[in-house]
Amino acid sequence: MSEQFEPSESSERAERAERAEAAERLRRAGYSEADVQREVTELEEKSATAARIFDLRRIIGGLFVVYGVIVTIAGITDSDAEIDKAQGININLWTGLAMLALGIFFLAWLKLRPTAPVTPTLPPEALDGKPPRGE
Amino acid sequence: MRTPTDPAYTAARLAAELRLPTNWLDYTILGIYFVVVLGIGFAARRSVKTSLDFFLSGRSLPAWITGLAFVSANLAATEILGMAANSAQYGAYTVHWYWIGAIPAMVFLGIVMMPFYYGSKVRSVPEFLLLRFDRGAHLLSSALFAFAAILISGVNLYALAIVVEALLGWPQWVAIVVAGAFVLAYITLGGLSSAIYNEVLQFFVILAALIPLSVLGLKKVGGWDGLTDSLTESHGDDFVTAWGGTGIGSDNPLGANWLTIVLGLGFVLSFGYWTTNFAEVQRALSAKNLSAAQRTPLIAAFPKIFIVFLVMIPGLVAAVLVPKIGTADSDLQYNDAIPYLMQELLPNGVLGIAVTGLLAAFMAGMAANVSSFNTVFTTDIWAKYVVRGREDAYYVRFGRLITAIGVAASVGTAFLASSFSNIMSYLQTLFSFFNVPMFVVFIVGMFWKRASKKSGFWGLLAGTTAAMVNYFVLYKQDIIGIPTDQGANFVSAIAGFVAGAVVMVAVSLFTAPKRDEELQGLVYGTVSPGMAEPPAAGDDAWYRRPALLGWSALILAALCYIPFSF
Repeated sequence: MSEQFEPSESSERAERAERAEAAERLRRAGYSEADVQREVTELEEKSATAARIFDLRRIIGGLFVVYGVIVTIAGITDSDAEIDKAQGININLWTGLAMLALGIFFLAWLKLRPTAPVTPTLPPEALDGKPPRGE
Repeated sequence: MRTPTDPAYTAARLAAELRLPTNWLDYTILGIYFVVVLGIGFAARRSVKTSLDFFLSGRSLPAWITGLAFVSANLAATEILGMAANSAQYGAYTVHWYWIGAIPAMVFLGIVMMPFYYGSKVRSVPEFLLLRFDRGAHLLSSALFAFAAILISGVNLYALAIVVEALLGWPQWVAIVVAGAFVLAYITLGGLSSAIYNEVLQFFVILAALIPLSVLGLKKVGGWDGLTDSLTESHGDDFVTAWGGTGIGSDNPLGANWLTIVLGLGFVLSFGYWTTNFAEVQRALSAKNLSAAQRTPLIAAFPKIFIVFLVMIPGLVAAVLVPKIGTADSDLQYNDAIPYLMQELLPNGVLGIAVTGLLAAFMAGMAANVSSFNTVFTTDIWAKYVVRGREDAYYVRFGRLITAIGVAASVGTAFLASSFSNIMSYLQTLFSFFNVPMFVVFIVGMFWKRASKKSGFWGLLAGTTAAMVNYFVLYKQDIIGIPTDQGANFVSAIAGFVAGAVVMVAVSLFTAPKRDEELQGLVYGTVSPGMAEPPAAGDDAWYRRPALLGWSALILAALCYIPFSF
């Protein structure tokens, strides 16, 4: 491993040599943390998921808009018998509207905060965790 | 005590009675879902270039996706039907599986354990054991996990077949072939990304199914007050409380006291499941950085706190509407609670959503097991002991092949599920045997530096054996008196934990410890050399701080107990 390094400062060189030596010692002892780290880091650099995976929000948004429309229409055209079955609540209408709202929420989120372009080694950090509410 | 019955027999007997009045509208909704599932598989295929993409989504997914997949991988249909069954049988005790039996463990995983898991860059839970202990512990845990994953995947497939047969009238083999083929297709195409994306989708569909069902169910029995009044009258006061009748020595339907609930379920079983079950942990390991990995179980904790209402309410409503449910006097089994309410309450349209949600949940439950199985089998067993050092593309191909073999094996093992009527009980039994010893080995290995190389293997072996002996010999042969299967699970879990811990300590005292430099980033108080990754922009926002998310979840879960405690 050590031949890959081209240290610019002597202190850094010493530190790296020490680290490489430790890694070498571990390697001799069997499969070690250093092996896993190296293997996974190499694979992470070649990985294509971050760059090529599509945005899930589009799929959730699309599916729920379609489902929302279908179920809402079913609700509008429901007969009294169907409403009676559902304890007097037009459950198709309410569920349909709620699903439509969820679908629109995901599409709006996607529109407002589109996927950030990916830099080669670092995955995108802009879109993360929380909906853009209140920002 | 409940007599275990054969679910296949039950389903066949129920086929005519529980048949849902589905029409073209419901089938359209179901059909659209299947198309989208396959579409995700094909679209995700582009992103698979390396084995890391196939098995771990290239460690690149955002926290909201991995978090919802984390909760969804657990929210399989066996869990949904099983927890509704638990509620119909044991009442409000079901909340324990969520508030004490999940949240503390999820928070612990996110805050305490994730830096070691994610920071050490391991690709699986067994791989962590390889680094911390030795090949013995690694091979044993990999083999146990692969075995358990296939068994549980088979349980899902079998449960799907009997439910689909009862509800839709499809022959069992059709349901098994169709579901198996779809899971096989989308995982071999897109790998873990496809499994995770489908899990997130399933999460929303299952909510869209369970929320209307719970609302209508409550309306039917006169709201929450009407529900509790009826149940208090028919089943006694304790049925609608969390802790009533759980004093040591007192009698309650669960067959467990507060001590076995807190230690057995809340500590051993739950920590074992949530922190070392790779089908769950894999979701967090696919997150794009340490912060996102830590937040994965924490984001999952919030939906988890409230999902209990969506499975418990239908179960309780069914117990009111069919007072004899689960007894010889009724045709309905506890597991039929949700299908029964779907039949009674949902008009076409929402019914289609509910059927889709159930099928999606069955497939996602199976997919979670298959996608974790193929990872462990390929990276931990095949690439380390059988065919070593081949080029990366070979392992991607092998991963696809083993996925097909895994699905085929699941089909083959599906019939094993037939000896328990309460599917949940079956799963818990398996977890008490496979996850508990894993958990004890982890917890000792992570917090006790002195735990030696060899102690991992012997702890794992002793824990598994002790849990099995307790369950199959002491309990099943009536040598010790525990009133129910669930109660016996809790005790078996505690036995497995104690045996594993004692053996680990004993073995460690007589064998050589690992050197300090081999333990960097694997033991509490050390930092992995690879963890010097800079924090990502925006991850320091207050609402993304793991400690805040974790403590909020814990406090919320504790507050939820208040209305059920008095």
